[in-house]
Amino acid sequence: MIYAAVTLALLVAMAMALGRAWIGPTIYDRILALNSFGTETVLVIAVIGFLFGRPEFLDIAILYALVNFIGTIAALKFFKFGDLGRGLEYEEDDEEGAA
Amino acid sequence: MEALAQDGIGTTIGMAAEILGGVCVIAGAFFCLVGGIGLLRMPDMFTRMHAAGVADTMGAGLILAGLALHEGFTLITAKLAFILLFAVFSSPTATHALAQAALAGGLTPWRKGEPRDSEVYSTGPGPSKEEKATAREDASSKG
Repeated sequence: MIYAAVTLALLVAMAMALGRAWIGPTIYDRILALNSFGTETVLVIAVIGFLFGRPEFLDIAILYALVNFIGTIAALKFFKFGDLGRGLEYEEDDEEGAA
Repeated sequence: MEALAQDGIGTTIGMAAEILGGVCVIAGAFFCLVGGIGLLRMPDMFTRMHAAGVADTMGAGLILAGLALHEGFTLITAKLAFILLFAVFSSPTATHALAQAALAGGLTPWRKGEPRDSEVYSTGPGPSKEEKATAREDASSKG
């Protein structure tokens, strides 16, 4: 009963995060909203595992937490450099310029 | 008699942990809702980051702690502790990277009395008609 109510509250919070991802207005708002959405997804998976009496769902929650963090950092890097593998080349160029 | 007394103490502790766990989980859900409302209502991106932090720390922490209290000392609790530990490390890192990227990208923090960013930028899945029109004018004047 408690867990059903908590799942509902978390789903409402996730809908609010999705609403922020929809209205933006900047790309950083969308990334922030997706990060928040991912955190709440982890919590929903954990609570649903307890709600249905199958706490093995926590393995999925751990995996989702890991992927969510990597995804946020990757999206930030992509929008900063326009390319996921580019940061290192910048540093090399700087060193050549200084020498 | 002694065994009965010990059993009584055990169930009392179990019930107390159950009640405390329920209170923690409900408080965590409340903080998640507060974070969601803040995410929609705050005036700019940096203040919204503060609202998301509420859901990330208090919301996740209280819900996972409540589930752990419900479960007792098992492997499940170890997994919950791992999720909590990872959230404690990853959430500030992601927030720091996001704030750094937003500052480098030219966003300035909102100050009291300034208009909300929905009054400055268009809100919606893409640029507004006026912004598209000015972008087209810029492109044609350059070309």
